[in-house]
Amino acid sequence: MSEHASHDLPFWRKYIFSTDHKVIGIQYLITGLLFLLFGFILMLILRWQLAYPGQPLPFIGHLFPESQMIGGIMLPEFYYQLGAMHGTIMVFLGVVPVAVGGFGNFVMPLQIGAPDMAFPKLNMMSYWLYFIGAVIMIASFFVPGGAAQSGWTSYPPLSNIASVGQTFWLVGMAFMINSSLLGSINFITTIIQLRAPGLTFNRLPFFVWAQFVTSFLLLLAFPPLMAASVMQLMDRVAHTSFFMPTGLVVNGALSSVSGGGSPLLWQHLFWFLAHPEVYVLILPAMGIVGEIIACNTRKPLYGYKALVYSVIYIGVLSFVVWAHHMFLTGMGTTMSAFFQVTTMIISIPSVVILTTFVLSLWGGSIRFSVPMLFALAFLPMFGVGGLTGLPLGLATADIHLHDTYYVIGHFHYVVAPGTLFALFAGVYYWFPKATGRMMSDKLGRIHFFLSFIFMNGIFLPMFIMGLAGVSRRLYDPTQFAHNLSTQPLNVVMSISAWLLGLSQIPFIINFFGSIFRGKKVDNNPWKATTLEWTAPSPPPHGNFATEPHVHRGPYEYSVPGAKQDFIPQSAPEGAR
Amino acid sequence: MSGDSGIRYISHPHPVTGVTNSKLGIWCFLASEVMLFGGLFSAYILLRMGAASWPEGSAILNVPLATLNTMILITSSVTMVMSWASLALKDFKKYRWFMAVTILLGLAFLVVKGFEYAHKFEHHHTPSTNTFYAIYFTLTGLHGLHVLGGILVNTYFLFPGSALWKKDPDQFMGRIEAAGLYWHFVDLVWIFLFPVLYLL
Ligand code: HEM
Ligand SMILES: [Cu+2]
Repeated sequence: MSEHASHDLPFWRKYIFSTDHKVIGIQYLITGLLFLLFGFILMLILRWQLAYPGQPLPFIGHLFPESQMIGGIMLPEFYYQLGAMHGTIMVFLGVVPVAVGGFGNFVMPLQIGAPDMAFPKLNMMSYWLYFIGAVIMIASFFVPGGAAQSGWTSYPPLSNIASVGQTFWLVGMAFMINSSLLGSINFITTIIQLRAPGLTFNRLPFFVWAQFVTSFLLLLAFPPLMAASVMQLMDRVAHTSFFMPTGLVVNGALSSVSGGGSPLLWQHLFWFLAHPEVYVLILPAMGIVGEIIACNTRKPLYGYKALVYSVIYIGVLSFVVWAHHMFLTGMGTTMSAFFQVTTMIISIPSVVILTTFVLSLWGGSIRFSVPMLFALAFLPMFGVGGLTGLPLGLATADIHLHDTYYVIGHFHYVVAPGTLFALFAGVYYWFPKATGRMMSDKLGRIHFFLSFIFMNGIFLPMFIMGLAGVSRRLYDPTQFAHNLSTQPLNVVMSISAWLLGLSQIPFIINFFGSIFRGKKVDNNPWKATTLEWTAPSPPPHGNFATEPHVHRGPYEYSVPGAKQDFIPQSAPEGAR
Repeated sequence: MSGDSGIRYISHPHPVTGVTNSKLGIWCFLASEVMLFGGLFSAYILLRMGAASWPEGSAILNVPLATLNTMILITSSVTMVMSWASLALKDFKKYRWFMAVTILLGLAFLVVKGFEYAHKFEHHHTPSTNTFYAIYFTLTGLHGLHVLGGILVNTYFLFPGSALWKKDPDQFMGRIEAAGLYWHFVDLVWIFLFPVLYLL
């Protein structure tokens, strides 16, 4: 089918401006992983100030310019830049590009037996828009006044009057939004149109379902943020007052804007995106975990249909819960009541998914491979993150908890030991498909156990601090008497964070070392059933030598009477 | 059936879904555009509801010019359909003619809009004057950019892009249909913008 000369293409067409979904997937994955590392390092710097407020940063403190640190002591402006850019980079430049751009691009077309994405050129453009957006974000650190410092949420009026870094933030976001728009169009079209013969929707691997719903969220939730970004850009550049109320006082003087705007408008538009966005962060992770659990328990996923319905249900409902982030804005009790109810309802499918995953383990013969360790750890970690969300969804409890470290603990449990663990699991699991080689098991286990301990060392104390009333986004927590009793926890958390940083070294060595020195394996080292494992490793341009035909569901493991404990989806009818 | 990439349903519809890839793609794109303008329209509603007073659009904007522009855009939608229909009749010459008219009408719309803007600026009515002008300039500006985008795409299909007609007429027709859907959408947005900003 695809004997066309990809090997004849010059280097820059084959590896840089490639239209091959696998190359683009790997580009996304590696760029995204680098941004995860960069965003993480920002936080490692910030955590010094939280653990030892006002003390000079040792060793590297003097390397920073006077606009950021004086004598190694972090300035408040720089602290807020680190915080805002950490959140932005982790969410928009790190996790989503890895989870959707990386795994979605690389794995999804293989799993549906397609030769490539439906629109390969759009796919390439999507990556490069992301790249340009990312460069703009990074460049903002070097402009006068530094990078954006109004949090990843960029609430006006503060963001409207912030220095020029915020404009860079908005322009960078515009590139990211258009990148994800092209990506989501491509994903939806590919999944609907290019499934191999026989691969009906109810035979689709759960990972593909998760990517499918995620794409709809990206397609429909991002544009309102685009609208909001355009308005904030107008406010900053053309001095409109979309988000500037009448009579606003800035630095003791009445602001000269025309007024009449509403800061709440931004919050509505922002959270209309950002709540679905949190499901964009979690659904692909659930997809990865589902694949790995089925393969490593050697039995079908429990309740496949329940899983699929839950994912769709989450997708739809995630558009009507956004204002649970705004209970304290004075939007009124009627609004609060509505959004409390929807929030409680959306927790149900999340619980269904978690429960079916746990039940899938029952009676399985579990292989504790490295991907499985990460997938198993995902379950309780996501559980903690999800359950701590419930009190936040009730307005009464949220009055106490809003904007405290409790919220930070909640969402980090879902995205850090949750989603990030799933992403690591995915890297270990599909690495042999991308390279034809295994990653080292020993290094993988070291990476896992250290990461597991230190992740909890960072995030568990956050709940205690939050319940004690410590606010988020504090430059110097010790300025408030009520924070002093929990201040030692900040030291624990910071040291855990730095050790977590060191724990990633085995992963980095493993990742790059195994590309060249990993153990060579055949096309299906995990003995898995889905289509990607029938393609060569690494798959050539066009993926499959002959178009696969699908004859069965995705998880036919341990079928009674079968010769092997797995039957590939493409094995002919009646094969045993 | 499949192009040299091995990707199917580029020029012929999928037997089950009944659409080509590009048609499904453009519908997805338009869905996201609905959300984009939907976001801005919601902003309009929220700002207007929260405002102490709101100017009467017809008193400060130029309704006759906007009516003219409405007619221009609707006509251009018709010529866009005609250019596609000419392809269906295998009449390439007529296609080019209708496409050229569509492009010119699009340009005419922008010129009229330019006059309106210039007039407002002369009287120092800028986006920063009040929230009415802010949303007026933002909505019409974004819409104008969409018109410009459509003109660029159509110009591409009038000149270099039309080489595909000889190679794969079905695929080319699919592209013109997609471009047409987009153009109608841009037209439709204006049909909402016009009463909301100028009349209500
Ligand atoms: C399972 C049910 C969940 C419920 C009921 C829930 C509820 C909430 C609520 C009510 C808040 C707002 C708290 C406040 O600001 O006072 C919140 C914040 C947050 N949640 Fe969740 N959540 C859930 C799952 C998730 C998931 C799966 C993710 C991400 C993968 C997530 C990510 C976030 C983030 C990022 C924030 C904080 C945003 C910010 O203020 O910066 N949540 N959650
Ligand atoms: Cu939320």
